[in-house]
Amino acid sequence: MSELFTSPFFGISLSILTFMVGVKLQKKTGLTACNPLLIAIILTIAVLLIFKIPYESYNVGGSIINMFLAPATACLAVSIYTKLDILKKNWLPIVVGCTAGSLTSMTSIYLLCRLFRLDESMTASLIPKSVTTPIAISVSEANGGIPPVTVVAVLITGILGSILAPLLIRMFRIKNPVEAGIAIGSCSHAVGTSKAIEIGEVEGAMSGLAIGVCGIMTVIFSLFL
Amino acid sequence: MKIIKQIGIIMTICWISLVIEHVLPFAFPASVIGMILLLLCLLTGILKLHHIREKSDFLLSNMAFFFIPAGVSLINYLDILKDNLLPILVICVVSTVLTFAAAALSIRLTVFLMNRRNPHE
Repeated sequence: MSELFTSPFFGISLSILTFMVGVKLQKKTGLTACNPLLIAIILTIAVLLIFKIPYESYNVGGSIINMFLAPATACLAVSIYTKLDILKKNWLPIVVGCTAGSLTSMTSIYLLCRLFRLDESMTASLIPKSVTTPIAISVSEANGGIPPVTVVAVLITGILGSILAPLLIRMFRIKNPVEAGIAIGSCSHAVGTSKAIEIGEVEGAMSGLAIGVCGIMTVIFSLFL
Repeated sequence: MKIIKQIGIIMTICWISLVIEHVLPFAFPASVIGMILLLLCLLTGILKLHHIREKSDFLLSNMAFFFIPAGVSLINYLDILKDNLLPILVICVVSTVLTFAAAALSIRLTVFLMNRRNPHE
């Protein structure tokens, strides 16, 4: 019986099934908090716990899906490339905004972790949490963090960012769409970008660009940790 | 044949970036090297967008799905998460607001200074 669960087909189908449930749920409710990835993770963990299926069995298929992360990250280059003309036109504000954003994010997380007396691996897991998941995982791993904790923190941040974005735009009286887009992208990566696209075309494009630029900035800054 | 060629191109870039990661004297993630490598290939015209369009559309539009196994491995760390849930949530909220503010205000200052220098633009 147990060999049925160690087949890669099991882990892959379970992941696809739970993800599809997540996508359906978000479409139906229209809530940002119903993030398909978050729902898929929770449902998959629930299935494994309820049916007492070992994580290792699931991961036979899981590791095959995991393999696609590196190629998917590389392809972020394509989304930067297709927005090259906006990048050229606004390069100074983009570089300044992303540098300030990434630095503030990493420094504030570090200080807050000290404040809460979190241990080193926890701190390393949280520091890169404002950037896109593949880059955050790599930075977390390189500095002794726990990648799954990073994934969850990245997701929470993204969802928070997209919920808070309209509020923050009013609070800081932002009138320039470039400013709004970069601010959203640098604090809440792709999940925030989906909100930025709803707010406006320029906001969406800028937010998408900020994902890549902030990702690279965070990797560079993390070399000095 | 078209798709297999595109998969080949992207997998090759990923493998070359692994080699580069291995050679570099400091820890720089291979996936980000891959991203920079692909961007350079596109900028220099070694690769054209149509060489990788379908494969990259597939990967980018399904990006979230590929993180499920990474997230599910949290099952091995449920205790750590439970013990630190409140700090994690507070850190997420505070740092998100601060990051947003830093990015927005620094851009406002930059645009203000740029406009003052070239008032005709």
